[in-house]
Amino acid sequence: MADMHVELVAVERRLWSGEATFVRARTTVGEIGVLPGHEPTLAQMEDAGVVRVDGTDGRRLTAAVHGGFLSITPESVTVLAEFAEFAEEIDVSRARSALDRADDSDAEGAAAVRRAQARLRAAGAAE
Amino acid sequence: MAAQIRVLRRRIRSTQSIKKITRAMELIATSRIAKARARVDESRPYAEQITMVLTQLAQRAALDHPLLVERENTKKAAILVITSDRGQAGGYNHNVLKAAEALLSLLREQGKEPVVYVVGRKGVNYYRFRKRPVAASWTGFSEQPAYANAAEITRVLVAAFMAGAGERNEEAAIDEAGAEAEQVVAVDELHLVYTQFQNMVTQTPSTRRMAPLQIEYVDQDEVTGERNHEGDEHRTLPQDAVHRLYEFEPDADALFDALLPKYIRARLFAALLESAASESAARQRAMKAATDNANELIRSLTLEANQARQAQITQEISEIVGGADALVSAGSEDR
Repeated sequence: MADMHVELVAVERRLWSGEATFVRARTTVGEIGVLPGHEPTLAQMEDAGVVRVDGTDGRRLTAAVHGGFLSITPESVTVLAEFAEFAEEIDVSRARSALDRADDSDAEGAAAVRRAQARLRAAGAAE
Repeated sequence: MAAQIRVLRRRIRSTQSIKKITRAMELIATSRIAKARARVDESRPYAEQITMVLTQLAQRAALDHPLLVERENTKKAAILVITSDRGQAGGYNHNVLKAAEALLSLLREQGKEPVVYVVGRKGVNYYRFRKRPVAASWTGFSEQPAYANAAEITRVLVAAFMAGAGERNEEAAIDEAGAEAEQVVAVDELHLVYTQFQNMVTQTPSTRRMAPLQIEYVDQDEVTGERNHEGDEHRTLPQDAVHRLYEFEPDADALFDALLPKYIRARLFAALLESAASESAARQRAMKAATDNANELIRSLTLEANQARQAQITQEISEIVGGADALVSAGSEDR
Protein backbone atom coordinates (compact mmCIF):
# COMPACT_ATOMS: atom_id res chain seq x y z
CA MET A 1 0.00 0.00 0.00
CA ALA A 2 1.34 3.34 -1.01
CA ASP A 3 1.91 5.95 1.62
CA MET A 4 2.62 9.60 1.49
CA HIS A 5 4.48 11.84 3.82
CA VAL A 6 2.22 14.33 5.53
CA GLU A 7 3.31 17.41 7.41
CA LEU A 8 1.03 19.61 9.39
CA VAL A 9 2.92 22.84 9.96
CA ALA A 10 1.68 25.82 11.91
CA VAL A 11 3.54 29.09 12.29
CA GLU A 12 4.52 28.48 15.88
CA ARG A 13 5.27 24.78 15.67
CA ARG A 14 5.21 21.65 13.55
CA LEU A 15 2.08 19.85 14.68
CA TRP A 16 2.57 16.51 13.06
CA SER A 17 4.76 14.80 10.57
CA GLY A 18 4.46 11.22 9.44
CA GLU A 19 3.18 8.71 6.93
CA ALA A 20 -0.46 8.72 5.99
CA THR A 21 -2.83 7.11 3.52
CA PHE A 22 -5.45 9.80 3.20
CA VAL A 23 -5.87 13.53 3.79
CA ARG A 24 -9.11 15.43 3.58
CA ALA A 25 -9.44 19.19 3.58
CA ARG A 26 -11.63 21.90 2.18
CA THR A 27 -10.18 24.48 -0.18
CA THR A 28 -11.71 27.73 -1.28
CA VAL A 29 -12.98 25.84 -4.32
CA GLY A 30 -14.32 22.75 -2.63
CA GLU A 31 -13.65 19.63 -0.66
CA ILE A 32 -10.50 17.75 -1.57
CA GLY A 33 -9.51 14.22 -0.66
CA VAL A 34 -5.89 13.31 -1.23
CA LEU A 35 -4.60 9.81 -1.76
CA PRO A 36 -0.97 8.91 -2.42
CA GLY A 37 0.08 9.71 -5.97
CA HIS A 38 -2.09 12.79 -6.22
CA GLU A 39 -1.31 15.27 -8.93
CA PRO A 40 0.91 18.15 -7.69
CA THR A 41 -1.37 20.86 -6.41
CA LEU A 42 -1.15 24.08 -4.48
CA ALA A 43 -4.40 25.10 -2.92
CA GLN A 44 -5.66 27.77 -0.60
CA MET A 45 -7.80 26.27 2.09
CA GLU A 46 -10.93 27.90 3.37
CA ASP A 47 -10.35 30.50 6.02
CA ALA A 48 -11.25 28.26 8.91
CA GLY A 49 -11.52 24.59 8.23
CA VAL A 50 -10.98 21.07 9.39
CA VAL A 51 -8.28 18.74 8.15
CA ARG A 52 -8.42 15.00 8.57
CA VAL A 53 -5.34 12.85 8.23
CA ASP A 54 -5.48 9.04 8.27
CA GLY A 55 -2.11 7.83 9.48
CA THR A 56 -0.67 4.52 8.31
CA ASP A 57 -0.82 3.28 11.89
CA GLY A 58 -4.59 3.52 11.70
CA ARG A 59 -4.72 6.67 13.74
CA ARG A 60 -7.08 9.31 12.53
CA LEU A 61 -6.04 12.89 13.24
CA THR A 62 -8.40 15.77 13.05
CA ALA A 63 -7.26 19.36 13.35
CA ALA A 64 -8.81 22.77 13.12
CA VAL A 65 -6.81 24.88 10.69
CA HIS A 66 -7.05 28.62 10.14
CA GLY A 67 -5.60 30.44 7.18
CA GLY A 68 -4.14 27.32 5.66
CA PHE A 69 -2.47 26.28 2.43
CA LEU A 70 -2.16 22.86 0.96
CA SER A 71 0.87 21.80 -1.01
CA ILE A 72 0.52 18.38 -2.61
CA THR A 73 3.10 16.36 -4.49
CA PRO A 74 2.79 12.67 -5.41
CA GLU A 75 4.90 11.73 -2.40
CA SER A 76 3.90 14.27 0.17
CA VAL A 77 1.25 16.59 1.47
CA THR A 78 2.03 19.72 3.46
CA VAL A 79 -0.57 21.69 5.29
CA LEU A 80 0.65 25.19 6.09
CA ALA A 81 -1.48 26.98 8.63
CA GLU A 82 -1.38 30.22 10.52
CA PHE A 83 -3.08 28.55 13.45
CA ALA A 84 -3.73 24.87 13.89
CA GLU A 85 -4.96 22.76 16.74
CA PHE A 86 -5.55 19.05 17.13
CA ALA A 87 -9.08 18.02 17.94
CA GLU A 88 -8.04 16.71 21.34
CA GLU A 89 -6.30 20.00 22.21
CA ILE A 90 -9.33 22.12 21.51
CA ASP A 91 -11.03 23.59 24.51
CA VAL A 92 -14.64 22.99 23.54
CA SER A 93 -16.18 25.24 26.17
CA ARG A 94 -13.88 28.08 25.17
CA ALA A 95 -14.73 27.64 21.52
CA ARG A 96 -18.42 27.66 22.45
CA SER A 97 -18.15 30.85 24.43
CA ALA A 98 -16.11 32.42 21.61
CA LEU A 99 -18.92 31.49 19.27
CA ASP A 100 -21.50 33.03 21.59
CA ARG A 101 -19.46 36.17 22.10
CA ALA A 102 -18.64 36.73 18.45
CA ASP A 103 -20.74 39.35 16.77
CA ASP A 104 -21.17 38.38 13.14
CA SER A 105 -22.36 41.78 11.98
CA ASP A 106 -18.91 42.85 10.77
CA ALA A 107 -16.25 41.01 8.81
CA GLU A 108 -14.01 40.42 11.80
CA GLY A 109 -16.80 38.98 13.89
CA ALA A 110 -17.93 36.73 11.08
CA ALA A 111 -14.39 35.39 10.76
CA ALA A 112 -14.35 34.73 14.50
CA VAL A 113 -17.62 32.83 14.19
CA ARG A 114 -16.21 30.71 11.38
CA ARG A 115 -13.08 30.00 13.38
CA ALA A 116 -15.04 28.95 16.43
CA GLN A 117 -17.31 26.76 14.30
CA ALA A 118 -14.31 25.10 12.67
CA ARG A 119 -12.84 24.36 16.07
CA LEU A 120 -16.09 22.86 17.27
CA ARG A 121 -16.42 20.79 14.10
CA ALA A 122 -12.87 19.50 14.50
CA ALA A 123 -13.54 18.58 18.10
CA GLY A 124 -16.69 16.78 17.01
CA ALA A 125 -18.80 18.97 19.23
CA ALA A 126 -20.71 20.94 16.64
CA GLU A 127 -24.42 20.82 17.03
CA MET B 1 36.58 54.81 63.08
CA ALA B 2 33.58 52.89 64.30
CA ALA B 3 31.41 54.99 62.01
CA GLN B 4 33.52 54.00 59.01
CA ILE B 5 33.01 50.31 59.74
CA ARG B 6 29.29 50.82 60.04
CA VAL B 7 29.17 52.54 56.65
CA LEU B 8 31.18 49.76 55.05
CA ARG B 9 28.95 47.07 56.52
CA ARG B 10 25.89 48.86 55.23
CA ARG B 11 27.33 49.07 51.75
CA ILE B 12 28.18 45.37 51.81
CA ARG B 13 24.63 44.52 52.79
CA SER B 14 23.05 46.62 50.04
CA THR B 15 25.47 45.25 47.45
CA GLN B 16 24.51 41.76 48.53
CA SER B 17 20.84 42.41 48.02
CA ILE B 18 21.49 43.94 44.60
CA LYS B 19 23.50 40.86 43.76
CA LYS B 20 20.57 38.65 44.67
CA ILE B 21 18.33 40.58 42.29
CA THR B 22 20.75 40.53 39.38
CA ARG B 23 21.47 36.87 39.94
CA ALA B 24 17.76 36.05 39.85
CA MET B 25 17.34 38.07 36.65
CA GLU B 26 20.29 36.27 35.14
CA LEU B 27 18.75 32.89 35.87
CA ILE B 28 15.37 33.93 34.48
CA ALA B 29 16.98 35.29 31.32
CA THR B 30 18.95 32.07 30.91
CA SER B 31 15.83 29.95 30.99
CA ARG B 32 14.08 32.38 28.65
CA ILE B 33 16.83 32.11 26.04
CA ALA B 34 16.35 28.38 25.85
CA LYS B 35 12.61 28.83 25.42
CA ALA B 36 13.00 31.61 22.87
CA ARG B 37 15.47 29.58 20.85
CA ALA B 38 13.15 26.60 20.89
CA ARG B 39 10.42 28.84 19.51
CA VAL B 40 12.72 30.11 16.79
CA ASP B 41 13.42 26.51 15.83
CA GLU B 42 9.76 25.58 15.92
CA SER B 43 8.81 28.39 13.62
CA ARG B 44 11.40 27.36 11.06
CA PRO B 45 9.47 24.55 9.28
CA TYR B 46 6.67 26.95 8.41
CA ALA B 47 9.07 29.58 7.11
CA GLU B 48 10.83 26.98 4.98
CA GLN B 49 7.63 25.54 3.61
CA ILE B 50 6.04 28.85 2.78
CA THR B 51 9.23 29.91 1.02
CA MET B 52 9.10 26.73 -1.00
CA VAL B 53 5.45 27.18 -1.92
CA LEU B 54 6.10 30.77 -2.94
CA THR B 55 9.02 29.60 -5.01
CA GLN B 56 6.78 27.23 -6.91
CA LEU B 57 4.21 29.93 -7.39
CA ALA B 58 6.69 32.52 -8.55
CA GLN B 59 7.31 30.40 -11.65
CA ARG B 60 3.72 30.67 -12.69
CA ALA B 61 2.23 33.80 -11.30
CA ALA B 62 2.63 37.21 -12.78
CA LEU B 63 5.09 39.03 -10.56
CA ASP B 64 3.23 42.30 -10.52
CA HIS B 65 1.84 42.21 -7.01
CA PRO B 66 2.26 45.61 -5.36
CA LEU B 67 4.39 43.97 -2.67
CA LEU B 68 6.92 43.00 -5.31
CA VAL B 69 6.97 46.05 -7.50
CA GLU B 70 9.63 48.64 -6.95
CA ARG B 71 8.06 52.09 -6.86
CA GLU B 72 9.61 54.70 -9.08
CA ASN B 73 9.60 57.67 -6.78
CA THR B 74 9.60 56.58 -3.18
CA LYS B 75 8.63 59.44 -0.96
CA LYS B 76 8.02 57.82 2.38
CA ALA B 77 9.63 54.81 3.95
CA ALA B 78 8.29 53.06 7.01
CA ILE B 79 10.73 51.72 9.57
CA LEU B 80 9.73 49.19 12.17
CA VAL B 81 12.13 49.19 15.11
CA ILE B 82 11.99 46.20 17.42
CA THR B 83 13.14 46.99 20.95
CA SER B 84 12.46 45.47 24.34
CA ASP B 85 9.87 46.39 26.95
CA ARG B 86 12.24 46.29 29.88
CA GLY B 87 15.75 47.56 30.36
CA GLN B 88 18.60 45.79 32.17
CA ALA B 89 19.64 44.24 28.90
CA GLY B 90 23.03 45.84 28.37
CA GLY B 91 23.48 47.45 24.99
CA TYR B 92 20.56 45.64 23.40
CA ASN B 93 18.21 48.58 22.94
CA HIS B 94 21.00 51.05 22.37
CA ASN B 95 22.36 48.97 19.51
CA VAL B 96 19.00 48.55 17.83
CA LEU B 97 18.21 52.24 18.13
CA LYS B 98 21.63 53.15 16.81
CA ALA B 99 21.06 50.94 13.77
CA ALA B 100 17.66 52.58 13.35
CA GLU B 101 19.25 56.04 13.45
CA ALA B 102 21.77 55.01 10.82
CA LEU B 103 18.98 53.75 8.58
CA LEU B 104 16.98 56.92 9.18
CA SER B 105 19.78 59.16 8.06
CA LEU B 106 20.49 56.91 5.08
CA LEU B 107 16.87 57.18 4.00
CA ARG B 108 16.89 60.92 4.47
CA GLU B 109 19.97 61.15 2.28
CA GLN B 110 18.11 59.27 -0.40
CA GLY B 111 15.41 61.87 -0.16
CA LYS B 112 12.83 59.64 1.51
CA GLU B 113 10.83 60.73 4.45
CA PRO B 114 11.00 58.10 7.19
CA VAL B 115 7.92 57.06 9.16
CA VAL B 116 8.74 55.29 12.41
CA TYR B 117 6.85 52.33 13.86
CA VAL B 118 8.03 50.91 17.18
CA VAL B 119 7.74 47.65 19.04
CA GLY B 120 8.71 47.70 22.71
CA ARG B 121 8.37 50.22 25.50
CA LYS B 122 12.05 51.20 25.45
CA GLY B 123 11.85 52.30 21.85
CA VAL B 124 8.64 54.20 22.53
CA ASN B 125 10.28 56.07 25.40
CA TYR B 126 13.33 56.81 23.29
CA TYR B 127 11.31 58.55 20.62
CA ARG B 128 8.97 60.22 23.08
CA PHE B 129 11.89 61.70 25.02
CA ARG B 130 13.27 63.14 21.80
CA LYS B 131 9.80 64.33 20.83
CA ARG B 132 9.88 62.52 17.53
CA PRO B 133 6.64 61.34 16.00
CA VAL B 134 5.91 57.62 16.00
CA ALA B 135 3.25 56.44 13.57
CA ALA B 136 2.22 53.47 15.71
CA SER B 137 3.66 51.38 18.49
CA TRP B 138 3.05 48.02 20.09
CA THR B 139 4.24 47.04 23.54
CA GLY B 140 3.93 44.29 26.09
CA PHE B 141 5.15 41.22 24.23
CA SER B 142 8.80 41.80 23.45
CA GLU B 143 9.96 38.80 25.45
CA GLN B 144 7.29 36.38 24.33
CA PRO B 145 5.84 37.46 21.02
CA ALA B 146 2.81 35.59 19.74
CA TYR B 147 1.92 35.13 16.12
CA ALA B 148 -1.15 37.28 16.68
CA ASN B 149 1.17 40.20 17.49
CA ALA B 150 3.04 39.73 14.24
CA ALA B 151 -0.27 39.49 12.39
CA GLU B 152 -1.51 42.74 13.90
CA ILE B 153 1.69 44.63 13.09
CA THR B 154 1.76 43.28 9.56
CA ARG B 155 -1.85 44.29 9.04
CA VAL B 156 -1.07 47.90 9.87
CA LEU B 157 2.20 48.01 7.94
CA VAL B 158 0.88 46.31 4.84
CA ALA B 159 -2.17 48.57 4.88
CA ALA B 160 0.12 51.59 4.95
CA PHE B 161 2.18 50.11 2.16
CA MET B 162 -0.85 49.31 0.04
CA ALA B 163 -2.17 52.81 0.59
CA GLY B 164 1.09 54.03 -0.91
CA ALA B 165 0.50 51.77 -3.88
CA GLY B 166 -2.93 53.29 -4.33
CA GLU B 167 -1.70 56.05 -6.57
CA ARG B 168 -0.45 53.63 -9.16
CA ASN B 169 -2.31 50.45 -8.42
CA GLU B 170 -5.79 51.43 -7.41
CA GLU B 171 -7.49 48.05 -7.50
CA ALA B 172 -5.12 46.09 -5.33
CA ALA B 173 -5.07 48.70 -2.63
CA ILE B 174 -8.75 49.23 -2.34
CA ASP B 175 -9.84 46.29 -0.19
CA GLU B 176 -6.90 46.62 2.21
CA ALA B 177 -6.86 50.38 2.41
CA GLY B 178 -10.62 50.61 2.52
CA ALA B 179 -10.84 48.58 5.69
CA GLU B 180 -8.00 50.51 7.21
CA ALA B 181 -8.96 54.00 6.15
CA GLU B 182 -8.90 55.48 9.68
CA GLN B 183 -5.42 56.97 9.82
CA VAL B 184 -3.20 55.34 7.28
CA VAL B 185 0.07 56.96 6.37
CA ALA B 186 0.89 55.93 2.86
CA VAL B 187 4.41 54.59 2.53
CA ASP B 188 6.39 53.24 -0.38
CA GLU B 189 8.88 51.04 1.42
CA LEU B 190 8.92 48.93 4.55
CA HIS B 191 12.10 48.50 6.52
CA LEU B 192 12.72 46.43 9.58
CA VAL B 193 15.33 46.95 12.27
CA TYR B 194 15.75 44.03 14.62
CA THR B 195 18.41 42.04 16.38
CA GLN B 196 19.73 38.87 14.85
CA PHE B 197 20.48 36.10 17.25
CA GLN B 198 23.73 34.57 16.11
CA ASN B 199 24.74 32.76 19.25
CA MET B 200 24.73 33.24 23.00
CA VAL B 201 27.41 35.92 22.92
CA THR B 202 26.79 37.59 19.58
CA GLN B 203 23.62 39.38 18.66
CA THR B 204 23.86 41.88 15.87
CA PRO B 205 21.33 44.55 15.08
CA SER B 206 20.40 44.29 11.44
CA THR B 207 18.22 46.14 9.01
CA ARG B 208 16.35 44.67 6.11
CA ARG B 209 13.77 45.72 3.64
CA MET B 210 10.48 43.88 3.98
CA ALA B 211 8.72 45.39 1.02
CA PRO B 212 8.89 45.60 -1.86
CA LEU B 213 10.43 42.15 -1.88
CA GLN B 214 13.21 41.37 -4.24
CA ILE B 215 13.33 38.20 -6.21
CA GLU B 216 16.57 36.50 -6.86
CA TYR B 217 17.21 33.59 -9.12
CA VAL B 218 19.84 31.25 -7.74
CA ASP B 219 21.35 28.07 -9.15
CA GLN B 220 22.00 25.98 -6.09
CA ASP B 221 19.07 24.07 -4.70
CA GLU B 222 18.98 25.31 -1.17
CA VAL B 223 15.76 26.60 0.27
CA THR B 224 17.15 28.97 2.85
CA GLY B 225 15.09 31.78 1.42
CA GLU B 226 16.90 34.70 2.85
CA ARG B 227 20.06 36.66 2.42
CA ASN B 228 20.96 39.80 4.19
CA HIS B 229 22.83 42.65 2.60
CA GLU B 230 22.53 46.11 4.02
CA GLY B 231 18.80 46.55 3.98
CA ASP B 232 18.23 44.25 1.06
CA GLU B 233 16.16 41.15 0.88
CA HIS B 234 16.35 38.31 -1.56
CA ARG B 235 14.30 35.25 -2.05
CA THR B 236 16.12 32.23 -3.24
CA LEU B 237 14.43 30.36 -6.00
CA PRO B 238 15.86 26.87 -6.25
CA GLN B 239 16.29 25.55 -9.73
CA ASP B 240 14.99 22.04 -9.27
CA ALA B 241 11.53 23.39 -8.55
CA VAL B 242 11.13 24.36 -12.18
CA HIS B 243 10.49 20.81 -13.27
CA ARG B 244 7.36 20.33 -11.24
CA LEU B 245 4.09 21.35 -12.74
CA TYR B 246 1.50 22.21 -10.20
CA GLU B 247 -2.22 22.55 -10.31
CA PHE B 248 -3.48 25.66 -8.59
CA GLU B 249 -6.67 26.13 -6.66
CA PRO B 250 -7.75 28.90 -7.17
CA ASP B 251 -5.49 30.26 -9.92
CA ALA B 252 -1.83 31.03 -9.39
CA ASP B 253 -2.21 34.78 -9.19
CA ALA B 254 -4.92 34.64 -6.54
CA LEU B 255 -2.87 32.17 -4.52
CA PHE B 256 0.18 34.35 -4.84
CA ASP B 257 -1.71 37.38 -3.61
CA ALA B 258 -3.02 35.43 -0.64
CA LEU B 259 0.37 33.97 0.22
CA LEU B 260 2.54 37.08 0.04
CA PRO B 261 1.07 38.81 3.10
CA LYS B 262 1.38 35.55 5.00
CA TYR B 263 4.99 35.34 3.95
CA ILE B 264 5.68 38.83 5.24
CA ARG B 265 3.85 37.98 8.44
CA ALA B 266 5.97 34.89 8.91
CA ARG B 267 9.11 36.91 8.29
CA LEU B 268 8.10 39.52 10.81
CA PHE B 269 7.21 36.85 13.32
CA ALA B 270 10.64 35.28 12.85
CA ALA B 271 12.23 38.68 13.43
CA LEU B 272 10.21 39.17 16.61
CA LEU B 273 11.25 35.75 17.88
CA GLU B 274 14.89 36.38 17.11
CA SER B 275 14.74 39.73 18.81
CA ALA B 276 13.18 38.10 21.87
CA ALA B 277 15.96 35.54 22.01
CA SER B 278 18.55 38.28 21.57
CA GLU B 279 16.97 40.37 24.28
CA SER B 280 17.13 37.51 26.75
CA ALA B 281 20.69 36.73 25.78
CA ALA B 282 21.71 40.37 26.16
CA ARG B 283 19.98 40.54 29.53
CA GLN B 284 21.58 37.34 30.69
CA ARG B 285 25.02 38.68 29.83
CA ALA B 286 24.36 42.07 31.38
CA MET B 287 23.07 40.51 34.57
CA LYS B 288 25.97 38.10 34.73
CA ALA B 289 28.34 41.04 34.50
CA ALA B 290 26.37 42.86 37.18
CA THR B 291 26.50 39.86 39.49
CA ASP B 292 30.23 39.50 38.92
CA ASN B 293 30.74 43.18 39.64
CA ALA B 294 28.69 42.90 42.81
CA ASN B 295 30.84 39.98 43.94
CA GLU B 296 33.98 41.96 43.25
CA LEU B 297 32.62 44.96 45.13
CA ILE B 298 31.61 42.83 48.10
CA ARG B 299 35.10 41.32 48.19
CA SER B 300 36.89 44.65 48.23
CA LEU B 301 34.45 46.18 50.71
CA THR B 302 34.84 43.21 53.05
CA LEU B 303 38.59 43.60 52.85
CA GLU B 304 38.32 47.27 53.67
CA ALA B 305 35.93 46.61 56.55
CA ASN B 306 38.24 43.98 57.98
CA GLN B 307 41.20 46.33 57.76
CA ALA B 308 39.24 49.05 59.49
CA ARG B 309 38.18 46.66 62.23
CA GLN B 310 41.77 45.46 62.68
CA ALA B 311 43.00 49.03 62.79
CA GLN B 312 40.40 49.83 65.44
CA ILE B 313 41.45 46.86 67.58
CA THR B 314 45.12 47.78 67.22
CA GLN B 315 44.36 51.32 68.23
CA GLU B 316 42.35 50.21 71.26
CA ILE B 317 45.16 47.89 72.40
CA SER B 318 47.75 50.61 72.04
CA GLU B 319 45.51 52.98 73.98
CA ILE B 320 45.11 50.46 76.81
CA VAL B 321 48.83 49.69 76.83
CA GLY B 322 49.65 53.36 76.74
CA GLY B 323 47.22 54.03 79.59
CA ALA B 324 48.64 51.18 81.67
CA ASP B 325 52.20 52.38 81.04
CA ALA B 326 51.23 55.86 82.16
CA LEU B 327 49.69 54.48 85.36
CA VAL B 328 52.72 52.30 86.04
CA SER B 329 55.21 55.17 85.53
CA ALA B 330 53.04 57.50 87.63
CA GLY B 331 53.00 54.90 90.49
CA SER B 332 56.82 54.38 90.41
CA GLU B 333 57.47 58.09 90.75
CA ASP B 334 55.31 58.16 93.89
CA ARG B 335 57.50 55.72 95.75
